[in-house]
Amino acid sequence: MPELIRVGMADYKVGKAPATLISYGLGSCIGVSLYDPQLKIGGLLHIMLPDSKQARSSDNPAKFADTGLPLMLEDVLKLGASRSRLVAKIAGGAQMFAFANATDIMRVGARNAEAITKLLQEEHIPLKAQDVGGTYGRTVSIDLNTGLYTVRTIAKGEKQI
Amino acid sequence: MSDDELNLSPAQLDALKEIGNVGAGNSATALSQIINRRIDMNVPRVDLVPLEAVPDLVGGPDAIVVGIFLRVYGKAPSNILFLLPQKSAFYLVDKLMGRKHGETAKLDFMDESALMEIGNILTGAYLNAFFTFTKLTMLPSIPALAMDMAGAILNVVLVQLGQMGDQALVIETEFLSEDDGISGQFFLVPDPGSLETIISAVGVE
Repeated sequence: MPELIRVGMADYKVGKAPATLISYGLGSCIGVSLYDPQLKIGGLLHIMLPDSKQARSSDNPAKFADTGLPLMLEDVLKLGASRSRLVAKIAGGAQMFAFANATDIMRVGARNAEAITKLLQEEHIPLKAQDVGGTYGRTVSIDLNTGLYTVRTIAKGEKQI
Repeated sequence: MSDDELNLSPAQLDALKEIGNVGAGNSATALSQIINRRIDMNVPRVDLVPLEAVPDLVGGPDAIVVGIFLRVYGKAPSNILFLLPQKSAFYLVDKLMGRKHGETAKLDFMDESALMEIGNILTGAYLNAFFTFTKLTMLPSIPALAMDMAGAILNVVLVQLGQMGDQALVIETEFLSEDDGISGQFFLVPDPGSLETIISAVGVE
């Protein structure tokens, strides 16, 4: 059995084939994967919030898009991945409860997606696929053998992006 | 949340536990009258939990649950989340809608509405007790409902706390009906700034 590595909320893991990285039950959170298809090295980051600068101090940089992505990028490169070959995929960013007067915090899913898309552009990492938004939870995984990013939902089944 | 705010004395923790106890007691009585079954509840847990560990309190992040969410406004803004495992929610709907035990297999609009009303009633009963102890008026929003992965539903509460710190103060009570068919967890999660207000209103050093 290939190794299944669990990524918790506000956490990230990196690895090599044949491992699969998986993160369960994302709502407004986003699962960001990086992958080098040639060396089959990658990482999965589970962010909760878009911007560490809008939050009070935290011991956990992996919680935020702006501080989490550089950390995972560094570790993926340390494992030997080539920066120029890296591709990204993202999924999540839902709004689980639809309130008429949705506050900023209710829209955090959309803001997470915007933030991570912009950060990837700044790092010149192509965003190859995405499955964001909606009102439902997702479990996401990346198979480091193939680079396939699987998104599992309760209402809408499973798909690969 | 800064570190010194997190240092609750044992007496303060006990006071919060007592509020949770009476609040949940009121809620359990209300629920038991509605479905005409005895409802037992455990001693509430008052805990500071690392954010990433909260989904494990409800059976893991990918367990399918029904969540009824209410935002609480007032002097101590908070979130209330009533979580039921999918099967429990279906049994509860059987009872509410007068169906045979096990008949409900999915939630239609009326079923959801009935469950949200339960959320309303439990929250009202809970906040009444809260007022008795703290004299803090707390007004709940209308309820919202989702059936999905527990982790995804908890996100709603956790992101707000995540902006302020890495831990959540949860006041949690478990309900269990006498025939073990229905269980649920009731969470009161004060916003980080609300904790001080609640503690000082309780008046325990």
